[in-house]
Amino acid sequence: MTTLGDAWSWLTDPAHWAGDDGIWHRLTQHLVLTVVCLLLSCLIALPVALVLGHLGKGGALAVNISNVGRAVPTFAVLVLLLLTPLGTWGDGPTVVALVLFAVPPLLTNAYVGMRGVDRGVVQAARGMGMTGRQMLWRVELPLALPLVLSGIRIAAVQLVATATIAALAGGGGLGRIITAGFNLASTPQVVAGAILVAVFALLVEAAFEVAERFAPGWARNRGRAGG
Amino acid sequence: MTAPPDDCLARNEWICGEYLSTRRQILLDAVVQHLQLTSLSVLIALVVAVPLAVLARRWGWAAGPVLALTTVLYTIPSLAMFSLLLPVYGLSASLVVAGLVLYSLTLLVRNILAGLRAVPEDTRQAARGMGYGPVRLLLTVELPLALPAAMAGLRIATVSAVSLVTIGAIVGFGGLGNLIYTGMNTYFKAQVLTASVLCVVIAVAADLLLLGVQRVLTPWERATRAVRP
Repeated sequence: MTTLGDAWSWLTDPAHWAGDDGIWHRLTQHLVLTVVCLLLSCLIALPVALVLGHLGKGGALAVNISNVGRAVPTFAVLVLLLLTPLGTWGDGPTVVALVLFAVPPLLTNAYVGMRGVDRGVVQAARGMGMTGRQMLWRVELPLALPLVLSGIRIAAVQLVATATIAALAGGGGLGRIITAGFNLASTPQVVAGAILVAVFALLVEAAFEVAERFAPGWARNRGRAGG
Repeated sequence: MTAPPDDCLARNEWICGEYLSTRRQILLDAVVQHLQLTSLSVLIALVVAVPLAVLARRWGWAAGPVLALTTVLYTIPSLAMFSLLLPVYGLSASLVVAGLVLYSLTLLVRNILAGLRAVPEDTRQAARGMGYGPVRLLLTVELPLALPAAMAGLRIATVSAVSLVTIGAIVGFGGLGNLIYTGMNTYFKAQVLTASVLCVVIAVAADLLLLGVQRVLTPWERATRAVRP
């Protein structure tokens, strides 16, 4: 396994960690990109899903439309956006492509969670004289929260994975180490970059797992609806 | 000296009939490669996933490790997956297929297992009471009943594979992804848009085809249940 050995020596070389092309810089870019896209897609998907779920209308349509998005390669969206006038504006295309990609799991999970709230409970809340707004915030949302949170988890992990594609289109992030390795025909660097990306993705997954384990009971994952 | 042609190719427009007619062979080759990579990897994944799911169903202790392993594989980003397999397969189509197989495994194993677990205990008992052995029970009762959930997984896996093949462009085996990649570098709008649209068309067509297969195979089931990870 000389390749792994070479990859290890590439990783342990301090020169590869510093500077603008260094691992630390790429890691920070990757993290920032993921967090920004996750926040934006939550801001877009969650209000829509919660309102549609509360009204009980149009949600199936929204879920179906967003699932069709699965068929659209993120890479294709990214390149298409790059060739539009938007392409000249820094990370713009990458952020738009990633947000489009992260919306479906968020929307599906939040909507299914809202619809999964026991109708009897909702009726009881209505019987107690709660207004629609009160019902949404005090009854439906807390009960739907586990599914909403697991949607956020799925979206976060998929974002970390997909943010690597930004590198193919010249964006930042950990994927850059891999694409640079391909351009230099340096297999050790490609493998080292891949290990870094994989470890980072697994760490994010593990962080959610740990957070879930220590979360209070009402926020715990009771099931997953879609991904 | 002739003047440069003033067609949509020269003007670099997004939608261009000229592109379709002059590059027909290139497009066709890319579509064929795309279909080959997708179908081969989904088929291999299916062949591997069914025994894994059946084993996990039979021996409860195996379910945890099998699910954990396939989930970990799913978490690894596609670009990293192709790169990690690089020392094993080199720059070849097998590299892309191997990466896609590992991806599809998660979706397939999860769904087939969920389908097998959803077979009612009463049904299994009844079949046993009629003298069915374990193999016959599996082949004629459990697997057919697990089919709707398995097909739901297969559809998601296929659609995802169609879109993931494009990343194979980094090693030169990305089907339509190759066209998108070169189109990006040369700023060739018609090529990028045409290849992207073809990707979506392939994905939707494959999904509809599998939906049709599912309807034919499960005449007793009209409402489809989707189980997703």
